[in-house]
Amino acid sequence: MATGTFAESGADLELVGITKRFPGFTAIENLDLYIPAGSFFALLGPSGCGKTTTLRLVAGLEDPTEGKILVGGKDVTNTKPYQRPVNTVFQSYALFPHMTVLENVAFGLHRRGIKDAVAKAHEALLLVELDHVSNRKPQQLSGGQQQRVALARAIVNRPALLLLDEPLGALDLKLRRQMQLELKAIQTEVGLTFLHVTHDQEEAMTMADTVAVMNKGHIEQMGAPQELYEMPRTAFVASFLGQSNLFTGEVSAGPADSLSLEIGGNRIVVPRSRAARHTGKVTLGVRPEKLTLHTEAPAHDATRNVLNGGTVKDVSSSGVSTQYIVSFPNVGDIVVFAQNMVFGPVVHEGASVSVSWNIERGFGLEDHPEEAGKFVPDDSTASIAVAQRKALFAELEGA
Amino acid sequence: MRFSFGKALLPIYTVLALVFLLIPIGYTFVFSFNASDKSNIVWRGFTFENWTTVCNAQGVCDSFVNSIIIGVVATALATAIGTAMAIALVRYRFRFRGPVTLLLFLPMATPEVVMGAGLASQFLTAGVEKGMVTIIIAHTLFCLSFVVVTVKARVSSLDPALEEAGRDLYGSPAQVFWRITFPLLLPGIMAAALLSFALSFDDFIITYFNSGSVYTFPKFVYISAARGIPAQANVIASAVFFLALAIVIVSQVFASRKAKKLAAPIS
Amino acid sequence: MAFAAFASSAQAVDAAPRKSSKVALVLLAPGLAYLALFFLTPLIALILTSLQAPALYGDMGEFVYAFRWENYVSVVNEYGDTFLRSFGYALIATVAALLVSYPIAYFIGVWARKWPVVQAVALILVIAPFFISFLLRTLAWKQIFSDDSWTMETLKALSILGPDAHFTGTPFAVIFGLTYNFIPFMTLPIYTTLERLDTRYLEASGDLYARPSTTFFKVTLPLSMPGIVSGTLLTFIPASGDYINASGDFLGGPGTQMVGNAIQSNFLVILQYPAAAALSIMLMAVILVIVAIYVKRSGTEDLI
Repeated sequence: MATGTFAESGADLELVGITKRFPGFTAIENLDLYIPAGSFFALLGPSGCGKTTTLRLVAGLEDPTEGKILVGGKDVTNTKPYQRPVNTVFQSYALFPHMTVLENVAFGLHRRGIKDAVAKAHEALLLVELDHVSNRKPQQLSGGQQQRVALARAIVNRPALLLLDEPLGALDLKLRRQMQLELKAIQTEVGLTFLHVTHDQEEAMTMADTVAVMNKGHIEQMGAPQELYEMPRTAFVASFLGQSNLFTGEVSAGPADSLSLEIGGNRIVVPRSRAARHTGKVTLGVRPEKLTLHTEAPAHDATRNVLNGGTVKDVSSSGVSTQYIVSFPNVGDIVVFAQNMVFGPVVHEGASVSVSWNIERGFGLEDHPEEAGKFVPDDSTASIAVAQRKALFAELEGA
Repeated sequence: MRFSFGKALLPIYTVLALVFLLIPIGYTFVFSFNASDKSNIVWRGFTFENWTTVCNAQGVCDSFVNSIIIGVVATALATAIGTAMAIALVRYRFRFRGPVTLLLFLPMATPEVVMGAGLASQFLTAGVEKGMVTIIIAHTLFCLSFVVVTVKARVSSLDPALEEAGRDLYGSPAQVFWRITFPLLLPGIMAAALLSFALSFDDFIITYFNSGSVYTFPKFVYISAARGIPAQANVIASAVFFLALAIVIVSQVFASRKAKKLAAPIS
Repeated sequence: MAFAAFASSAQAVDAAPRKSSKVALVLLAPGLAYLALFFLTPLIALILTSLQAPALYGDMGEFVYAFRWENYVSVVNEYGDTFLRSFGYALIATVAALLVSYPIAYFIGVWARKWPVVQAVALILVIAPFFISFLLRTLAWKQIFSDDSWTMETLKALSILGPDAHFTGTPFAVIFGLTYNFIPFMTLPIYTTLERLDTRYLEASGDLYARPSTTFFKVTLPLSMPGIVSGTLLTFIPASGDYINASGDFLGGPGTQMVGNAIQSNFLVILQYPAAAALSIMLMAVILVIVAIYVKRSGTEDLI
């Protein structure tokens, strides 16, 4: 990007056929992604799914093995990080410890030879309400303040694209909520394109216009947060984004506009429009809060799926709602969330219950739970990095 | 609380051990005030004269100046070469990492006398005349590995994200090095330089093999040991000791002040 | 400080190194060239010298290239005892320095944690000997314990020592000097590992019914092994090649000569270069074998 000028507005980002291989493992496999200008886009996935690698590729900190990266329609694949109109808010903030807050924020402006760098840095600090600490060193600030300095240091350059690498990961819950709102407000105010990488589904859903769920180096599903939640297409999305009850069975004959499944002697129906697959073995799902608990078998209703003969195995309250685990013979355990409308649980352990839900609330997946595989949730990015590094060294040593 | 001998044992032992460590230093300092004549072995009375006439004793000041020159040049060379190697070892992947690491480790596992004899053989074979240059070459050699180890520790504690942030904020590779990497490595580089200088200044064994007719301060002490060391040597050693001690104490106080200042968060 | 030189440098987390082996080459080139020219070549020069034969009709100190492996046989015959003595002295001094240093390191690194000032002062005092010429310090001991010094007179008067006791010139004096000189080299790396020791491990051990002595041998000592390995190597290697302490002008005498003295006198006094070179090569070979076995057995292979 030309030095001395600011990007007029956010630019769009396009990844075409990106593959990134590290020695001995593939982080990203043939990824295509389009992020429209001015949007707040979240890449959501568990540790090691390739989301941070994607971000580093866009920033220019890694080179793709194959594929092209376009920012605002311009191919930047072969440019260096300092030549790209892209700035990053790092996970650890990466504030320069030997410089003051102001020097940190003005760093990028000075490098690009922009006039009034100091005044612009003060402006950016005012935006994040930290101008009063501009002469402090970063270590003297709290975590939330450091995060805001990191944000100011990035947005002061008016990048066409702002990359956020789990920027709120180090903050406690309350501060995180507050920062989520602030970040969203700033994005709206400055109108930049934000690409936000996170493993926190709540964060992705509250902040982003569009969420892409990533798993094992490819995108499982992309869309508006509500859409992803209501109609997950894969078992991975269904269980990574909130909780789901999943049932797998053969499709049997039924009405033209819906699929019927035989599961443990029960008939479960889902509208054809809400299913990704229409024949053979199909997995259906339903969110726990969509379920209604009945102490007596409900009367037949064509618009509802009903499971009878369940036994309550466990009851636990989270304050707002109560979670029931109901065991059905031949079906398995089903989780039900019920609002705590009255004091105490409605039923107790060992009670016989039925469960029902509106067939319009179910969804049909394109794969099956066993195909998605269970990801290992406690594999931190750090331990993956160490493992990769060891593998890398082993390979280099052997070469 | 009752006094427990068992609990006090460790501090008492440590105090005694530290006193033991300091006895020869105290001895050297005290004998710098000895009104000695030729040999400074028997106490003959107190005088300041040795301190005011340091350079009167033959060879003391010359050898001291030589040691300073050699120390400064060898330190500069070893620090520059070693820092570059340390950065490469931590931050870059390359083949033959194993052999390179081994090559850096070997000088530390080699007794000085072997290194000294080896270099001397080489200079002998190549017909190089021994002098300041050969001493500097030898000192740079044994300082190098220590610099690499010291700076390496600093480089690996440096978050790579800081340099990435520099590149991300439009810093060219040279700007990122001089404005971010170098200032952050500076404490490690300084520590390595001080260590190098101390090693060089106090080295005798390798120096003796490769010095020819040039005298360093330790060589002067060694040669004089047979016939008696002038008290002026004690003056020089004591002065250097207190100067170094002052530098360490000041830097410690400075560092802890800074740490305290940074520890207080501001809302 | 570089006194963790031999400790394992297990870094918890850092990002995968960047590639770009060209830059690495540029950064490494001066250092590698230096080491090749002034470390590896001298070693080769040493090997060649060790096989040289005296020049026919030549002066003293004139030799020609040959393959006189008998040089090795003759130095083994002549200096075999000296070799054994060197390693014996170095070993005893290393063990003694470890025993003296460990409590100091423990005091500074663990005991005094609540008092940073005490820690800082003690640490500076441990480093203090580095600031003064070690030749002068060694000479100071010689003079403190010389035969007619008041210390020796007092010890004799108190009947702690016999009337004919000597200090200087005895093996005890040489080992004493070696131990004294290397205490800081032993203390600092052990301190470095103990300083990082999480005292909650000790509390956990106590909580799990370990007596303090059990806690020390089962928890503290194993966790400080990297420092011990580092310190013992930093002591043993230079101590086995030292020739100051054993020199007659310092603490030694005719019966306490170490390999270093033999190499020095062969090379610089009687100009028997091949003998000095053969001794050097053998010394280095033995040390490398000992270090390799030691490092392998103590499990800290991740050196420097």
